[in-house]
Amino acid sequence: MKRFAGVVAAGVALLAAAPSLADAKGDAKSQVEFGINVAQRGLWREAIYRWEKAVEIDPKYAAAYNDLAIAYEHEGQLDKARKAYEKAIELSPNNEPIRQNYELFKEINDRTTAVKDK
Amino acid sequence: MIGRPLSKTSRLALAAGAALVAAIALACGPDTYEIPIETPIQPKMDVSAFQRVLVAGFVAGGNEDIDANQETVRLLRSQLRTKSSLRVIDADILPLVEVAQDQNAGSAATDDAAARDRAASAAKPAAPAGAGGPAGSGAAADRAAQGLTLAKSIKDEKDLEPYERLFANTAYWKRIGEEFQNPLIVTGTVLFANRSTSGIVQRDQEVMDPYGRRRVVPVRTYMERKGFLLRPKFVFIDGRTGATMYSESYREEVLYNAQQNTPALSSYFELMDRLVPNFLSALSSQKIKGTRVLLK
Repeated sequence: MKRFAGVVAAGVALLAAAPSLADAKGDAKSQVEFGINVAQRGLWREAIYRWEKAVEIDPKYAAAYNDLAIAYEHEGQLDKARKAYEKAIELSPNNEPIRQNYELFKEINDRTTAVKDK
Repeated sequence: MIGRPLSKTSRLALAAGAALVAAIALACGPDTYEIPIETPIQPKMDVSAFQRVLVAGFVAGGNEDIDANQETVRLLRSQLRTKSSLRVIDADILPLVEVAQDQNAGSAATDDAAARDRAASAAKPAAPAGAGGPAGSGAAADRAAQGLTLAKSIKDEKDLEPYERLFANTAYWKRIGEEFQNPLIVTGTVLFANRSTSGIVQRDQEVMDPYGRRRVVPVRTYMERKGFLLRPKFVFIDGRTGATMYSESYREEVLYNAQQNTPALSSYFELMDRLVPNFLSALSSQKIKGTRVLLK
């Protein structure tokens, strides 16, 4: 009987948490959309703020990491950009646009870290 | 095969379905957004101590049709004038091949004298025969002389290699620096040589399909190709001390169909065009334009 009560309680807790999880994902998505909107107008710092919030709300949101990486790249924060791209690829390894963005980024990044043969 | 005509009800249902899909797509919007970005690149070295730059000259060779020393100096000076904050010094281009040969002749004469002194002291009666004897000293002098040999006409990378010592001669570069009030000095080597190769290459070929339509298909064929190789090394020297601050090497090549006759000078500029952004990014911040895809 006690075991049954425990299962019921766990079920209720899960059901109660489900809407809040969905809410969190929705919040993260709206932050990403707002970020895209402002980035298109050239407000990259605001976009970074929004996308940082999005990954804070949903740490498994690959698209948010991708967008954040692009913004860091645009701001010249290349180390942060690399980490964000790598996280995006880790979360979504088969996402072609993320891979393409990362390849283009690497081309530039390699240029700045060219081996000095001094 | 002719299909059964749709009834009016079916057509209406199809149109309504299509409208619904379109409405949903519009409501959701696209999931990818292409966006232009400009990535700022920090310079690879700190040139804040310099207000002026002297592109001194290059040890160049490989192709007799163009003077790679003159062309490289002219191109880099004009690029630096427009794309860096440093003031470019207009000075005569240094004939570095001759400078290196003069320095080499001087040091060879000094080495010869030293070798003769060593040989004379080793030839004294008390000296034991063997490695330290006259024969040994003569061989050492020969080796030193061989090591100092500089090819008069530079044809390949091997010919260019011994000239590298010139950039380590801090006294010489310090003197040049003093002459021009301690600027940043840009020098190095440039090899621009003919290149030919043959092998299987893939190219697109237009064909007609059985229905008379044009199609482009990839075809693998054996081809003889010729072109040019550009191998520059840029050396940045501190004019105050004569010491090398930074150096970097590049390699670019271009190949054409063997029948195509492309002038050496235009190929030289085509290849340099690919390298100039890298050269500039060594001493001034650059913005690299590109596009990325934002995702929802």
